[in-house]
Amino acid sequence: MAANPMSQFDVYRIGPEIKVGAFDISFTNASLFMIISTVSILLIFNLGSKKNAILPNKIQLLAELSYTFVAKMISDTAGSKAKPYFAFIFSLFMFVLFCNMFGMIPYTFTVTSHIIVTFVLAAFIFIGVTVIGFIKHGFGYLKLFVPSGVPAILLPLIVVIEIISYLSRPISLSVRLFANMMAGHTMMKVFGGFVISLGIVGGWLPLSFSVALTGLEILVAFLQAYVFAILTCIYLNDALNLHH
Amino acid sequence: MVKKIYLHLIFLSFFFIKEAFAAESGGMPQLNPEFWVSQIFWLVLTFGIMYLVLSKLILPKISNNLESRKSQILENIEAAEKQREDSETKLKEYDQIILKSKTEANAMFNQAREKAVKDINAKRDVLDKQIDDEIAQAEKEIQALRDNAPDKINKIARDTSSELLQKLIGAEVNNSSISAIVDDLSKRNGDKYYGN
Repeated sequence: MAANPMSQFDVYRIGPEIKVGAFDISFTNASLFMIISTVSILLIFNLGSKKNAILPNKIQLLAELSYTFVAKMISDTAGSKAKPYFAFIFSLFMFVLFCNMFGMIPYTFTVTSHIIVTFVLAAFIFIGVTVIGFIKHGFGYLKLFVPSGVPAILLPLIVVIEIISYLSRPISLSVRLFANMMAGHTMMKVFGGFVISLGIVGGWLPLSFSVALTGLEILVAFLQAYVFAILTCIYLNDALNLHH
Repeated sequence: MVKKIYLHLIFLSFFFIKEAFAAESGGMPQLNPEFWVSQIFWLVLTFGIMYLVLSKLILPKISNNLESRKSQILENIEAAEKQREDSETKLKEYDQIILKSKTEANAMFNQAREKAVKDINAKRDVLDKQIDDEIAQAEKEIQALRDNAPDKINKIARDTSSELLQKLIGAEVNNSSISAIVDDLSKRNGDKYYGN
């Protein structure tokens, strides 16, 4: 690995170049880690749901705890109407979590540290939530931009602010995850570089810092997946139960 | 001191990142659109397949497992509750049986005691009556003996006195005069011996 802390985010082709029309859809290291993440998820949850023992074994317990964790998160934030979207939010949470966690292993690639990946996810959520909102409430969904109990004189301003905040949702959602992952990994790389450059004499301080950062980054990896999923739930809640 | 070093390090690291951004062509590899389409394609492919498999195959199974476990546990709890109630009613029945048999035993005991007391009383009455009868008879006999005693004594006294007089005087004494004297004496002393 190069000393450049940003080189860990480089995407490179694995195998031949695949082109469909004008588009390059070659298999890259990003694709590899997407496949590793999804296959691990499917393996773990397949193993965890195979046998139905009254007293679950570890992997079954893991699968069931994750299931109830996500189910509780959805029912707490979006209510019972969000039940049809459980599978999507569960997949989303697990995908982001596993991509983040695989990124914590040295020499791996962090799929979620790329803005395009998080932006595609966020844009899909944004479009999906908007479509659900319009299907459920028709044009009444536009009432989302008109909060109740606001003085009439402030209304034009508030509506503009609400529309801007609504439109900025996919950007904030994607940039939050991407920036957190990128910043954390860059920091770790930088401190790793300090350990080498300061050598055996002065390297202990950045090394201890690096150890602490690793713990923090694992927390961040979980937390960002959780935040991503819970924000999706909140947006879904806006679309399903129009509060304003 | 340590804090200062940390702050320096953080500052340096930011500086380093900035340098890196400046050095690379375009800075961040994330902003290089070369593989964007590839990433979107593979993301949609892998995420889509994962979503389909999870939602169609795995998640229903997990939810089914959870439901069946829940219902089974509830059933078990219900069965346990029922068994507990059963055992409680059985215990109550048992207590009642014990209580009933106790009162029965008590009644039996009381009955037997009453009967025994009655028997004893009846027997005692009979015995008392017998004893009373015997006492009465004995008293009657004693009375009869007592009634006869003075006459016999008087007779003995008369006989002895006439014999004595005959021996002493050597002459026949009129029996009637002796009996008069004895009667007189016995009447005078009789009260002393046979005081009624």
